[in-house]
Amino acid sequence: MVELVISMGSHVIYEWIYVGVVVSILIWVGAEAWYGEKLLHEVPKDHITIKVVGQQWFWTFEHPDGKREVGTLHLKAGKVYKFEVTGKDVIHAFNIPHFAVMIDAVPGRINTIWVKIPEDAVGEYLIQCREYCGLLHYNMRANLIVEA
Amino acid sequence: MVIEVARPRPLWQILFSTHHTDVALLYLITSIVFFMLGGALALTIRTELLTPGTTIIGDADLFNRIFTVHGTTMLFLWILPFISGVGNYLIPILVKYKDMAYPRLNAVAYWMAVPGAALIWLGWSDTSWMAYPPYSTMRAAGPAADMWIFGLKILGLSSILGAINFIVTILKCKHPDLPMMKTSLLVWAILVSSLMTLAALPTFTAALIMLYTDRLGVSGFFDPARGGDPIAYQHLFWFTFHPEVYIFLIPAVGMAYELIPKFSRKPIFSYGSGVIAFLVLSIIAFASWAHHMLATGLTFTEKTVFMIGTLAAVPMSAMHVFNWLATMWGGRIKFAAPMKFVIGGIMLFFTSGAGGVVNTTLPLDFITHDTYWVVGHFHMMLMGTVSFIFMGFLYYMFPLITGRMYSERLANVHFWFTFIGTAVVFTAMHIVGLYGMPRRIWDYVPDPTIIVLNQIASVGAYLIGIGMIAFIILLIRDSVKGKPADMKDPFGIGEIYYDYRRREPHH
Repeated sequence: MVELVISMGSHVIYEWIYVGVVVSILIWVGAEAWYGEKLLHEVPKDHITIKVVGQQWFWTFEHPDGKREVGTLHLKAGKVYKFEVTGKDVIHAFNIPHFAVMIDAVPGRINTIWVKIPEDAVGEYLIQCREYCGLLHYNMRANLIVEA
Repeated sequence: MVIEVARPRPLWQILFSTHHTDVALLYLITSIVFFMLGGALALTIRTELLTPGTTIIGDADLFNRIFTVHGTTMLFLWILPFISGVGNYLIPILVKYKDMAYPRLNAVAYWMAVPGAALIWLGWSDTSWMAYPPYSTMRAAGPAADMWIFGLKILGLSSILGAINFIVTILKCKHPDLPMMKTSLLVWAILVSSLMTLAALPTFTAALIMLYTDRLGVSGFFDPARGGDPIAYQHLFWFTFHPEVYIFLIPAVGMAYELIPKFSRKPIFSYGSGVIAFLVLSIIAFASWAHHMLATGLTFTEKTVFMIGTLAAVPMSAMHVFNWLATMWGGRIKFAAPMKFVIGGIMLFFTSGAGGVVNTTLPLDFITHDTYWVVGHFHMMLMGTVSFIFMGFLYYMFPLITGRMYSERLANVHFWFTFIGTAVVFTAMHIVGLYGMPRRIWDYVPDPTIIVLNQIASVGAYLIGIGMIAFIILLIRDSVKGKPADMKDPFGIGEIYYDYRRREPHH
């Protein structure tokens, strides 16, 4: 190891300054990311739980009152929703690109993710599968309808 | 010199030879052939995605099989055999030994890759190259998926044999007067990546057996109904294949170290920091595998640990880039094809490296994961950096292999089309990923932005295709009809070229 350090020569100082700058940037990025994820980690208390099941090749949603929907999900603007996501056959991934909601639907596991739908977000959005799940993976979509 | 075109040898003499240059030649030709075949599949995929709905591929099943074989081919039949080819050619020369340590094992390792490749190409599996269960164990059609499993198993064994051979050749057969610290950094690169292969690959080999017994229904390792867990496979898989990313990258870095000082006509800025970066990276590479699995429902602590492990690998790559730039700084650079490809590769390395940081920072990963962003990211690395440096190195070895010089003009056509094409296609993929387009889809939402970005990507892919046609023409034409090269100094950068040798008829 001594041999290695010596062989780095006299100009070694420039390289260590550069490495120091890179490391500081990475520490900053990492800390910001950790903090952001920590904020997302806590689900707000007043959430509504939606059970989501992915199977080849459609989505089923169950509201807290037991009402089930297939291929369409109705949510209210301004509310906080927690999704409990699982897969029935193979691994899927529950994804609403517009709201950056993304979590794998794994058979035998329940993964959770939450989202706050903004007040002004009334409209129709895409729900899709983002983990390769076979023949009709490309078409494993559903509609999200946000109502006032 | 191996293909003595002036005095051709019968084909069987090359095929059944155990001489390191002959085995190397077989590896190189095999890898280039599969590079072109895999590229043809890529162009098919890009053509299908040119318009929403069916373009040329009639159904999703065929599309799924195409991207599976494309991925498997590029990783295991282009990049790995190319590394073995270059290593076989140069390691004995660089450590001043007559051949590899185990010449017969060397030939066996090559010939194992042939049935492995045949199983993958005849099976035409639709599991995707990651073959996540339960899809690969319960739903994927046999015998394609079984053939894929066996194909990879054989290729894995072949890699392990090759790695053992390189390690023994470098550590035990090196000339006693040549200290390790005076060898080329390419020797270090091959040594480190071979050691990593030995440490990483057995895990995936075990996972493949488990996958197969699960498919047979005699076990339920990955089946939740039988007490298994599909996520366990992903841990085993990525424990091998995240280090594998560096096993692909490190030899390319070593090749860049071999070329940059020569074409800059300056010594390496810091040999020691190159060695340190290799060694540290080879350990840190094992601490980041689960960053491929951040969306599978890991706990907050697990996610944090693997984010830190991933970020920790970045300074090592940054040290290499610094070393390259500092070596070029103030040098009289000769912009021949090898150097152009290396410089292009370094430029694209920045983008893929920065994209990698975005992928691992936790909240952002949930935006990019499993979208085309990720496809753009790792292609920028494997095509933009690794394959670019490989192609550059192939140009550098061209006189050594054929005794002839390639046409710089055609190489220029190859470089510019490939470089512009690569930048266009993979940048467009990054952006379309941010619009939420998932990877591995045969058809996409007909949104105007997504359509336009896909079309830009396809045009980029066609540019690469044109570049590759120039490449094929150059390789065939100039190895048969090229001007005889000045074997002492083929590139006009001083008499530092490899010492080419006659085949020693010792076996």
